Amino acid sequence: MAENQFFIDSDKLSEAALERKHKLETDPSSRTNHMEYMPGMEQIDPTIRNKVLSEMDNYDYNKYTARDVQNALEHETCSVEDFKALLSPAAEPFLERMAQRAKIETGKHFGNTVYLFTPLYIANYCENYCVYCGFNCYNDIHRKKLTFEEIEHEMKVIADSGIEEILMLTGESRAQSDVEYIGEACRLAKKYFRNIGLEIYPVNSDEYRYLHECGADYVTVFQETYDNVKYETLHLMGHKRVFPYRFEAQERALMGGMRGVGFSALLGLSDFHKDALASALHIYYLQRKYPYAEYSLSCPRLRPIINNDKINPLDVHEKQLCQILCAYRIFLPYVGITVSSREQKHFRDGIVKIAATKVSAGVSTGIGDHESKYTGKDTGESGDEQFEISDGRSFDQMYNDMESEGLQPVLNDYVYV
Amino acid sequence: MKNDTFTLGGKEFSSRFILGSGKYSMELIKAAVENAGAQIITLAVRRTNTKKKENILDFIPDNVTLLPNTSGARDAKEAVRIARMARELGCGDFVKVEIMKDSKYLLPDNVETVKATEMLAKEGFVVLPYMYPDLYTARDLVNAGAAAVMPLASPIGSNKGLATKEFIQILIDEIDLPVIVDAGIGRPSQACEAMEMGAAAVMANTAIATAGDVPVMAGAFKAAIEAGRSAYLSGLGRVLERGASASDPLTGFLRD
Repeated sequence: MAENQFFIDSDKLSEAALERKHKLETDPSSRTNHMEYMPGMEQIDPTIRNKVLSEMDNYDYNKYTARDVQNALEHETCSVEDFKALLSPAAEPFLERMAQRAKIETGKHFGNTVYLFTPLYIANYCENYCVYCGFNCYNDIHRKKLTFEEIEHEMKVIADSGIEEILMLTGESRAQSDVEYIGEACRLAKKYFRNIGLEIYPVNSDEYRYLHECGADYVTVFQETYDNVKYETLHLMGHKRVFPYRFEAQERALMGGMRGVGFSALLGLSDFHKDALASALHIYYLQRKYPYAEYSLSCPRLRPIINNDKINPLDVHEKQLCQILCAYRIFLPYVGITVSSREQKHFRDGIVKIAATKVSAGVSTGIGDHESKYTGKDTGESGDEQFEISDGRSFDQMYNDMESEGLQPVLNDYVYV
Repeated sequence: MKNDTFTLGGKEFSSRFILGSGKYSMELIKAAVENAGAQIITLAVRRTNTKKKENILDFIPDNVTLLPNTSGARDAKEAVRIARMARELGCGDFVKVEIMKDSKYLLPDNVETVKATEMLAKEGFVVLPYMYPDLYTARDLVNAGAAAVMPLASPIGSNKGLATKEFIQILIDEIDLPVIVDAGIGRPSQACEAMEMGAAAVMANTAIATAGDVPVMAGAFKAAIEAGRSAYLSGLGRVLERGASASDPLTGFLRD
């Protein structure tokens, strides 16, 4: 199988830094144990993690046949076994039938609605070396952390465009963007938005509780890949290297009182059949333990980053992505599915009619550049982007496009209680 | 049958079709209300919590009674808070209590629903609790001050019809409040059947929201509900389960 070439050396790194970087890349013994919690990291009951990972390890997707797929499509409720068949290569010829079934399930649970939101990156400092990410600590990009005044200004610009749901993101640096900083940003966001989600570094349950009290109610954490051996080769340094702590983030968020949690693998990093299976089972098992919570799935594919425009999602083409999303929908009909601006317009316009229930609009993955992007006004220096987006539609364009696709755009369907 | 009305919280209604407003476009809601002849429309408080462009309240005709629901509430306390918000938003005193602690099936939690009903009735709300059709819960809801009970026919959005028919019939027979069949009604014929059984009204949403032609389907439900009501009032004729029957097969031997 083809592989991405992730390693890029910046000429701005000191010799010592370069040496350390190369050692991490080439000498596994120089890296910490990725299965060991770091000091201060809360440990919780590992039952769900063990269940998901053992199911994934035992998943032999080549054993499924066309008959298994047909049976799965005929069953009224989709079992775990049926889901495995729908994710397998044997299901590829059944994509249109899967889409038709997925559409019916989406309609039952969500009607003709599609939710709109936008991400807001407030800082891009990062302490991790994740080889595929534009924010990684060795990548030579312009770093920035917004002040509270700047955050509020960004929020005003976004809110004026009509958006009511915001997903706030940071790079993963506790030192630069601590929990209090993020909490204060949530308090500001409450003034401008109805619904606040977070996509930040994983924290302990008491910290999630604090952030919930500041106004956030949804937490998204991408596991990137559920294959811990592969994970170890991609996350070479920093707290993100600790695989189990990241895996358990959503459960800690629910323990901290958050209403909903989001999940995903970053498709293209590892075997997508297994990663898609694990992502969905992660929800399936958590839902049985926390039935009142709301769950959502995303489906990001690898994108080019600053200083490495060759990064791509390998064998996860649009067809495979569509298969994964249809399988998700049939197996977990009640779960929200978000498709971000990593995907192009034609894909997003098509998939919202089948399986997706939420799309972003007016997106920037940079820091502090909403005004210049929305109005063209030069607003000075901003921080660089995490990845290149593929769909730059504004909120108004997206709203109108969704309406003309026969869907009802929903800006908010939530109250904080 | 001209004055065939029913009463909720002192208000009289002649239409027995309660329309849901979720899952479809605002323009269609207006057309659906008109074609349905509905006098009550439910709306999620969380959907009205929006700033511009799509505020549902702007699309509902003035003469229609709003029935805000507490969807999003996971326990009685949250339901009470959402109901108070509805009142503050100007939605009136009617409230449909919906408390779900399961995001997969969205089944109502009867225990919390009784608690919320009692608290809200004390605050002067006209409380219509969405419930799983259980006789004991229904009696508790009567004692808690409910204005009606709203048992589910089958899981929300499933369009599976009267899966709980036998239990709804028990509520209709035993509970003195209006029994409004809610959730899971997928076809006009199922709505008609609920009315034949003696339900006071039927509420439907997904079946209409996801129909090919929303306003026409709203009209079809209206006609079906009226037909079922007329059948109930006229007294249904005998319906044989199977085979034919002689006039007095067992007691024909009696002489005086």
